[in-house]
Parts: sequence; structure tokens; C-alpha cells
Amino acid sequence: MSMSYAVKNLVQGSQELIAFRIGDQEFCVNIMSVREIRGWTPATPMPHAPAYVMGIVNLRGAVLPIVDLSARLGMGEAEPTPRYVIIVAHMRERVVGLLVEAVSDILTITDENIQPVPEVSSDLERQCARGILAIDKRMICLIDLDWLFPEKESEAA
Amino acid sequence: MDMNEIKEIFFQECEEQLAELESGLLKLNDGDRDPETVNAVFRAVHSIKGGAGAFGLDDLVSFAHVFETTLDCVRSNKLEPTQDVLKVMLKSADVLADLVAASRDGGSVDETRTRGLVKELEALAHGDVPSPASHEAPKPAAKAPAAAPKAESPKPTDDSGFQPIPFTFDDFGSDEPAIEGSTYDIMFKPRRELYSKGNEAALLLRDLSRIGEMSINCDATALPALDKMDPEGSYFGWTISIKTAKSEDDLRAVFEFAEWDCDLEVKPSEAESSDEELPMIPVPFDLSALDDAPAVDDKAEETLAAAVAAAETASNVAKAAGAAARAEKKETAAAAAAQNNAAAAAAAAGQTIRVDLDRVDRLINLVGELVINQAMLSQSVVENDATGTSAVNIGLEELQQLTREIQDSVMAIRAQPVKPVFQRMSRIVREVADMVGKSIRLVTEGENTEVDKTVIDKIAEPLTHMIRNAVDHGIETPEKREAAGKDPEGTIKLTAKHRSGRILIELADDGGGINRERVKQKAIDNDLIAPDANLSDEEIDNLIFAPGFSTADTISDISGRGVGMDVVKRSIQALGGRISISSRPGLGSTFTMSLPLTLAVLDGMVVTVAGQTLVVPLTAIVETLQPEASAIHSFGATQRLISIRNSFCPLVDVGRILNFRSTQANPVEGVALLVESEGGGQRALMVDAIQGQRQVVIKSLEANYTHVPGIAAATILGDGRVALILDVDAVVAASRGQSLKAEMSLAATG
Repeated sequence: MSMSYAVKNLVQGSQELIAFRIGDQEFCVNIMSVREIRGWTPATPMPHAPAYVMGIVNLRGAVLPIVDLSARLGMGEAEPTPRYVIIVAHMRERVVGLLVEAVSDILTITDENIQPVPEVSSDLERQCARGILAIDKRMICLIDLDWLFPEKESEAA
Repeated sequence: MDMNEIKEIFFQECEEQLAELESGLLKLNDGDRDPETVNAVFRAVHSIKGGAGAFGLDDLVSFAHVFETTLDCVRSNKLEPTQDVLKVMLKSADVLADLVAASRDGGSVDETRTRGLVKELEALAHGDVPSPASHEAPKPAAKAPAAAPKAESPKPTDDSGFQPIPFTFDDFGSDEPAIEGSTYDIMFKPRRELYSKGNEAALLLRDLSRIGEMSINCDATALPALDKMDPEGSYFGWTISIKTAKSEDDLRAVFEFAEWDCDLEVKPSEAESSDEELPMIPVPFDLSALDDAPAVDDKAEETLAAAVAAAETASNVAKAAGAAARAEKKETAAAAAAQNNAAAAAAAAGQTIRVDLDRVDRLINLVGELVINQAMLSQSVVENDATGTSAVNIGLEELQQLTREIQDSVMAIRAQPVKPVFQRMSRIVREVADMVGKSIRLVTEGENTEVDKTVIDKIAEPLTHMIRNAVDHGIETPEKREAAGKDPEGTIKLTAKHRSGRILIELADDGGGINRERVKQKAIDNDLIAPDANLSDEEIDNLIFAPGFSTADTISDISGRGVGMDVVKRSIQALGGRISISSRPGLGSTFTMSLPLTLAVLDGMVVTVAGQTLVVPLTAIVETLQPEASAIHSFGATQRLISIRNSFCPLVDVGRILNFRSTQANPVEGVALLVESEGGGQRALMVDAIQGQRQVVIKSLEANYTHVPGIAAATILGDGRVALILDVDAVVAASRGQSLKAEMSLAATG
């Protein structure tokens, strides 16, 4: 299957996105940066961490930090239930887990489908969003993963 | 495998050879006169030269060549390896290391230093060679007229750096009619090893064709039928007739690195030599004859001597190259023998394989997983089988033992002796001592103490820093030492040993010790302590580890660049180690570093703090105790002290420091872990409960997240959950008033 995706990408310049839900909004990230999707397990909280870092979990022996995407997007801290999922994604050289309510869709789009982010007052939305998609009358926001952990913070280590 | 990979292997081998070289030289320096030691040293340089030649690293080749020539004099007992000689040799080893590094990473070497050493090496090589006059006087008389005109016009150095100085051979009546248009017959038959070592006959022949006009015949008589042919075998031989202005040595030089893997015969053509104007009898210069027959050997020595004598008018570099080129023939034969010895020695000295570190790391990771998995399994079995007698339980116990054993064995793969690092230190001592005009001897002990490779890699830098400090500040000048009634030569002693599951590295100097008055004054000047602070000697000594502390009055090249012992301390701590100093005025100081043997596992105490599970490194814990209400004393607004055997110790609530809770816990309900922190002083860390002790596999937090102040790393517990490993020193520092955030920003700048 992945083969046919790759071929499609080559032929049509299209890309595949994973869409997920937080509250009543939909977001998506490029499927190429997603490594796996797993169920929610309680995370070990970290001292002195920003509120949106829920803690760390064990991903087959590696320590995986979990980002509460809802809190990161300023939509309030999530109260995860066992139905929540963690999207394990590559972010530069790191691997992080994104806590979301549910994965809703896999989309195949071309670059033309991506609309620029409209002028909004909030910095947060402008920074996190790389574009907006209109699919079946739904609005889906394409998230820029690099933005999740600001570079400055990662350098502090 | 591409060229770069091959080159990388060469450089790796160079590292080993350089280590071998240095340790050999140091042994000689200590009075070892075992011929095998000299041979080992010679082999090391020769191998580097050989490899460097294959990669066209000309600078490296030419220096190694001069070095090798001098070493050969030592090997053939023509040069006594005295302290002075060895001093030059050790310096040369350093330059060689620099040249290797420069070839690998780019960058440049100190040209003047290299040239200076080339001169010194040459001088040594020449110094003990028997006077040429006594040997050659009767012989060259007849040929003198022919030789004379050439002696005045030495040829310019050719590209290879080996300058032929033809007159010496004419002068000498040797077999080298280096006259324009001489013809040589070369018989060249590669053996299969030649090809398996990556040499290529065609390339050698092509090189040869550049030297002169040649005709070549291929001897294919040995070629078997196709079905009998070994695809990796060697069946062809060539006879070459070449007309050239170059000497026989130059012809042989083409085959230099293939010489041991082929049958090679180079001789002046019969027909040609009879036409020679000079009445010379060509002596077939057979390699084996050279090695066996002393008569021929003498001749080679004379050759060298004559080359030296005649080349005195030439430039120094050219002189060295010329002399070396003469010695080449003899030495390659000897080197071939040495190579065989080396191969035999290597086979005898236990078999080793070279393994990519990544593979070992992968194995270690997997074993780490295995340990975690096994622990998880045990835990769930115990939960489901309270009796603990079932066969499953017994099997599990065995599994646990096996896992532990596997883990130990895997860790042992990464364990390496600290020797290479210690060897590097001896170079630093030499160089820095030279720079500051002090005479210092480095004594090392326990070099074979093994520790994980990552630890070795990481201690080199702090150790370098400390050694520089010891040389620069620790040891006094010879004059001062003499005035104090000490040996003008200072001694620095570097010791490694295992102690209770850690490695202990001690660096002791017999210098003046810490000048406590000055340290204290400096600390006051730098606002590190209050002017009226009352400090114990130990506390004053430990001030040198304070950030931004440097006692050097003058900022020198060597130390005192603003980064000081605090950086050393920080890097040791980052390894989970501790460092302390003890100093006796007038007698010297001793730094003691205690480091974990491995960075992969740690013995920890599993504790509960505010509902969270934390691991406290066992090495940090002095004792645990259940505080009684009467032992807790409030001190000021927020501080609390606990009295332990009549001394008071500050109480630190771990949950509070890590922000796990907002109010102080009631100490009586918890357990106090008495920890000893860096810089002396004890603290009682308050935790809620102790769960037990266990060995945990250290997992990096930085890999996917960032450094967390107060937390050293993470680990995975038996139930599969992640637990944080407490950074005791950071927590203690935080309790002293430095906030953890401040610690964090310091770490970022450091």
C-alpha cells in the first residue's frame, strides 16, 4: 500500500494527510511524519515542564514526550479518556507523541487544495497553521509540527 | 566500500598505531631495551607511512619516512635510545599524530615545528652512523673523476619527495649506474595477496611506465584452463625492460607497498651494463640477500653514510629525503620481516574483531529492552501467583539471572581500558611543561582499568583540562621547587582503579598545593563568598569549582581562559560522577573523580514522591532514616533542619523542589534520604516512601525532549511506566537557593 502512495505522490504531486479531532475542530499533519498511532496510556509528569507537555511514556523502550495538542493550541488542557489516541510523529530529529481526541480521516490532497491561512489576530493560529483545507464542507487546519516545540526551548538543554 | 570508508579505516588504524608508538616510546623511556618494543615502535610508524602512501598523503609519508629512518638506526643498535633521543622521538610522535589528524580533518600543522623535528631526527640518524671515510676510502678512488661533476649538481627534488642523489652511488662503486638511459630488467609476479590487499598490477605498471620508456611482456604460462581458474588467484607475471634516468631505487619505489606480496626482481640489464663507461660490476640487489648477508648490509650502511656526507651542501629537507631513500631498500626488506612478525604476534595475542559501535549500541539497547521486559513479566507473574512456588516462578528467576548475565557481558563489550586517554595525557604534560618551562614527569597507574567507552570518550576533555591546570598552576617552577628542597622535576600521578562499582581516577601533583589565602581572596573579589565568611579548608579548596573562578594571575595560553574547574566539575557531573579535591600546602593537591562504569545502567533506589515514582541513584545515598518529630527543627521562615546524631542537616522536600506539590510535606510521614553532594555537606532529601532498590536502564530524556532541571534521565520500570531519575546534585544545589531554572540557563551557556 505504501508503495502505491509513493507512486501516486510522484505522479500527481499529491500528499497524504492524517486528520484528527480536538474538541469540535479538525486538524491534520502530513502522513510522512507520522510513525504510528497508539492508544492513550497515562504519562509520567515532568517537573518544570510547560503545561502542554503531559509527561513522558514508554514507547518500546524509548522515552516519548507527550504533547497535549489541545493545550498547545490554547484550547484548554485535555482530560484524556482511554479513547484518546497518541499520534507518534517525527519532529526534526525528535519523536514526540501528540495527544488528540480521535483520528478522523486520511486525506489525499494536492498542493492546490491548501489555502493560505487568513489574516487573523491570534499569533498562535498564524504560527501553528501552515494552511487550511476545505474538504466536504469541513475546515481542516494543517499543522506545522516544527512549531510545537519552539527551537529556543529545545536549545535550552 | 568506497574510498572514504577505506580511508576511515586507515585513520582508525592510525589511531591504534599512534597509541602503540607512544606506549612503546614511553616504555623505552623507562629503560625498556627489549628489541620487540623497538620493533613495535618501528612497525607503527612504518604502517602509518605505508597507508599514508596509498592515500597520497605526502606530508605524512615524508615525515613518517624520516622518523622511520631514525627509528631504524635505533633498531639496528646504531643509535642508543637515550633520554634525549627519546625526547625528540616523543615529540615526533606528537607531530605524527598531528599530521594524521590534519590529514583526516583538514587543518594544518605547525610547519616550523615539523621541519625542526625533521632536522633533529636527521641529526640523530646521522650522528651514530660510522664515519664513511674509513669504509669507503680505498674503493671509490678509481671512480672519483666520474663522480665529481655530478656531485656539484644534485638534482632537484622530484614529486615523490625522494630525491635521488646519484653521485653517491657512483662515488661508491655500488650497483646504481644512475646514468641517463640505463636499462633495467624487471621481473614482476604478483601473488594473490597483492590483489586481496587492494593493489592493482595494472596501476603499478602504469606508474612504472611514467618513469621511463619500457617494453613489457606478459607471462601467462601459469594461466590454467578456465574451469580450473580461481577468480581471485594471480596467474600473470610480467617481464619489463625499462630505459630510464632514474635509479633502481626509484623503480623499486613503485612497488614499495606491494613488494611483500609479489616476486620482484629489478636488475640492470645485462647487455646495457657491459656497455657502461664506468668499470662497475652490477650487484644484483636481492632482497633476501640484503637481509641475510652482512656484507651487503654494510654496503647499505655505507650508502647511507655516503649519502649523508655528500648531501651536506643540499638543503636539509632534501638531505633527509635523499638519505632516507638510500636506506629504503634495506629497511623495506627488514620491514617485510617485521610485518611477518607482527602478523604472528597479533595472532598470538588473542583474537579481536573490529565492530561498528552502532551495532554494539543496538545490542545494548536490545538487552536493555530485554531487562525491562523480563522485569515486567516477573511483576505480572508475581501479581497473579501469590504463592511464588510455581514452575513459572522458578523459570522466571533463572531467566532473571540469565538476563543479568547477558547484560553484564554486553556491557563488557563496550568496556575499554583507560589507557588511550592516559596516553594522550602524557603528550599534554610534555607540551604544556615545555611551554611553561617546567620539567614534569607523568606517572600513570592502572591504565588497564576498564570502563565503558562512552565514559572514556567523555573524561578525556575534563582530564585534559585538569592536567593542564596541574602543570600550569599545580607544579611550581624548577627554581621554586629547588628552593623548597624538592626534586626540580615535578611529578604528576594519574591513577585509575575500580572501587565499589565505580571507576576512581586520581590526579595527584607534588606541587605547592592550593594557596588558600589567594583562593579565598579571589573568591571574595569575585563575589563568590562574603568577605567575612568563615570557611573550612575543605570548603576553600572546593571554591575552585565555583563558576567563573580562575586563580591564574596572567591569562595564559594554557589555562585560565575564564573556563575553569567549574566546567570540569559540570562535565564530570553530567556523567553521573563526582569530583573532589584534597590539598596539602607545599606537598601538592589530589583531585579524585569517581565515575560510573557505564552510562547505560544505574543502581537506584525507587521512591515515591507526591504520587510519582522516582529513582534516586544509590551512589548518592549515604543512609536512609525515618525522621522523628522531635528531630525536625524549623529554621527561619521556610527552612527545616533535621538533627542526626547531634549534627544538623537541611531538609529538602523533593516534591516541593520538583513542583510536584505546592506545600511542604510533613517530614514525619515520609522517609529521609541522607545524600552527600558535591562541594561537601549533606542534605536530607524528603520522599514519601521507599519502594525498593533495583538496577535501572538509563534512558535519555534529551533525545526526544530536552534537559529537565533536577532530573538526570528517565528509566522504564517493571510495570512499563516511565520513572524519572533524580539529579541529586541539582536538587541539592536548588535547595541552596539557586533555582533549578537558573541551573538550566547555566547549563545552556556552559
